Amino acid sequence: MSKKKNNKLRGILFGAGFVALAAFLFTGCPSDQRMLQSGDAAQKVYVAPGDHDEFYGFFSGGYSGQLSVWGLPSARMLKVIPVFSQDPETGYGYSEETKPLFNTSYGFIPWDDSHHPHISQTEGDSDGRWIFINANNTPRIARIDLTTFETKEILELPNTGGNHASSYVTSNTEYVIGATRFSIPYEKDLDVPINSYSDEFRGALSFIQVDQETGMMEMDFQIVVPPYNYDLGRAGKGVSGDWVFFTTYNTEEAHTMLEVNASRNDKDFIAAVNWKKAAELVRNGHGKTMDAEYYHNHYNGQNQGVAVSEVKNEVTVLDTREVDENFIYYLPTPKSPHGVDLDPTGEYIVGGGKLATVIPVHSFSNMLEAIENEEFDEFIDGIPVLNYDATIAGEVENPGLGPLHTEFDGKGYAYTSVYISSEIVKWSLDTFEVVDRIDSYYSIGHLMITGGDTVDPDAQYMVGLTKTAKDRYLPTGPKQNHPAQLYDISGDKMELLLDFPTIGEPHYAQAIRADKIKDNVKQIYEMEENDHPNAITRISDNRVERNGRDVHIYMGATRSHFRPDNIEGVKVGDTVYLHLTNMEQEWDVVHGIAIKGSTNSEILVAPGQTKTIKWEPTRTGIYPFYCTAFCSALHQEMQGYIRVSAPDSNVDLKWSTNE
Amino acid sequence: MALAALLLIPLYFMPFWTIDMNAPQYPEGIGMHIHINDLTGHKKHDLKSINQLNHYIGMKEIHKEDFKEFEIMPWVFGGMIVLGLAAAATGSVKLAITWLVLMVIIGVVGFIDFYMWGYDYGHNLNPNAAIKVPGMSYQPPLFGCKQLLNINACSWPTTGSIFIGLSFLMAGWVTWTEKFKK
Repeated sequence: MSKKKNNKLRGILFGAGFVALAAFLFTGCPSDQRMLQSGDAAQKVYVAPGDHDEFYGFFSGGYSGQLSVWGLPSARMLKVIPVFSQDPETGYGYSEETKPLFNTSYGFIPWDDSHHPHISQTEGDSDGRWIFINANNTPRIARIDLTTFETKEILELPNTGGNHASSYVTSNTEYVIGATRFSIPYEKDLDVPINSYSDEFRGALSFIQVDQETGMMEMDFQIVVPPYNYDLGRAGKGVSGDWVFFTTYNTEEAHTMLEVNASRNDKDFIAAVNWKKAAELVRNGHGKTMDAEYYHNHYNGQNQGVAVSEVKNEVTVLDTREVDENFIYYLPTPKSPHGVDLDPTGEYIVGGGKLATVIPVHSFSNMLEAIENEEFDEFIDGIPVLNYDATIAGEVENPGLGPLHTEFDGKGYAYTSVYISSEIVKWSLDTFEVVDRIDSYYSIGHLMITGGDTVDPDAQYMVGLTKTAKDRYLPTGPKQNHPAQLYDISGDKMELLLDFPTIGEPHYAQAIRADKIKDNVKQIYEMEENDHPNAITRISDNRVERNGRDVHIYMGATRSHFRPDNIEGVKVGDTVYLHLTNMEQEWDVVHGIAIKGSTNSEILVAPGQTKTIKWEPTRTGIYPFYCTAFCSALHQEMQGYIRVSAPDSNVDLKWSTNE
Repeated sequence: MALAALLLIPLYFMPFWTIDMNAPQYPEGIGMHIHINDLTGHKKHDLKSINQLNHYIGMKEIHKEDFKEFEIMPWVFGGMIVLGLAAAATGSVKLAITWLVLMVIIGVVGFIDFYMWGYDYGHNLNPNAAIKVPGMSYQPPLFGCKQLLNINACSWPTTGSIFIGLSFLMAGWVTWTEKFKK
């Protein structure tokens, strides 16, 4: 019914001569509202109850700060992994072991904006060990372990404003990249007038090294570059595996009213960085050490443990103005390019010129040749600007209005999301001609192909991540959740299969064949490997200890009781640390705990896991606590009491169960 | 006959009996294996989970240490192996027949012992148990399947028993042919 209405509306619009002409001029032929017969589409996304999806999809949460996990093609939501935002449901960011993950050089930050998840790679293919995701606002990168689906590490990026071109990994996860979107003075805490932008502000490209055994990140070096907005990045593949690429806009160096002032130049740049060479220059002492302050939060290599915050005070920097050798080049690219995407062979570098009328495609081999022949138009702060005609391999005509991001099917075709005309265009890497186009609902940002951004995509499905839902689902008020569309791209024509709401605002997403992850997923935390300093390994070790004004409760949970479940001798003014160990060793048998009047969150504790929650009672009385997870038949009986007495009372500390 | 005796050796390395438990919330399965010297879960933590479930009905926790059988049985089978080898070495049909009779006795005693344990665990329940179903006892089946509340428990011989069976048949066949030759 509503589809018919849309068609009618579309008909009226295209009936109006001016509008039709304008639309035609900018976008060529309008794209289709093509969908399979609904029965066929239903069959393609139907995963029978109890059966598993073919792919795990990881969707960034955008302003929710989290990462959601989906089964594809069914689009069943499997989990939301808390990353950069506190999660009172699990206690993440509230419990003592996770609070340090949120520490930054600006203090404890309970929220961020997560944009681009990227799965670790081996030889250019996703390997399912870890997934990285960036925080855009207070620049950070997180690492999530894909055996437990938990955030294990967060690294802050120093001297960076807006870490948007992140967290893409190189072919063997040697590096995760980050970059400045909002250039700022590079010197730490420098206080200068904003209009000194061109003189005092700089961009920074970050290269974070990853330990192949543990996944631990380390800021290896930063490259200081001219003060543009470094927007998105991708690592090269295959032939271009030693390179990473960043788009820039605002080469005008505007610091106010960017929508006008940063849209003047016909061309901005794609920055091509030879990371191998840059790393070599650093090893050979071409870098300098600069002051910085940034936090590295991690679990010290422990299984569980308590996260620690390590403060770093230095960073190694390569400044293009000071290093004689060339390791970074600018490729002129029209016009305020957004995405930069490499095809599976690594030969084609596709810019998403969001204000451009074509999609420019650079050739990596042309680029190397142009470097060899020194076809440089100019130098900017020591960075050679390559000649556009020397590097360009083709321009895709009629791509629609506002091309942003491109992914590839490995069969010679590219798929570009187009924001303003709200569509996806499919084009040939051979002829650079558009061969198909299809609507998105509405205003698409990123798109993602299953198994994509690798040397070997499993190009069965494509997901379009769109910005407004408008009339697509039952209305839920003035602000609605962001949609995603699932397309079948196995045939010549793209077909719409599903349209579903997501959480937060997904920017990028990645999907990986399920069998690369699912057999490695842990079912329990082994009790014998529990290295949490406040764990109890046998439930009979439960106890309460007072240390000055601190009271430590070492509690065990098992079906269906807590030990101890009666505690007396806590006083107003005490700080109570409740260390709860879930004694279960059975998959998915979860216990939780909540205390009446606690201004903290609950904690949910997985089998074999230990978590600590802090509680500062302010009133005397009897405080019931209970298991928040429906763990067993006698879950309702799983409760206890804590007696809180006046500060000067002489109630002895005691604890008991079944006495 | 020597081969028949040696066929009992695998019993030291594998279970000879299994109790499979099926319930809606255990799609992954849960159960325990009985060895001549040990009691283990099908999966690493199954025994712990079984004890956790059993506490609701007031059943005693099942621990290997509570069964002196696991100390005795390795010696019994050790004795049978030695006796079997002795029968083979001497070629004594009498010894072989003794071996066969002893095996039958071990089997019968084993079954009676297993039944008595099952009866004890299934009937001697903690009177303060959370779940009390009038008239219900939880004795596991000796052989075959039985529905116990939400759990369908099945008791079957497993790999180790195949070796016992083969060993017995082989010994029986050898004894039979030897006897007929005479």
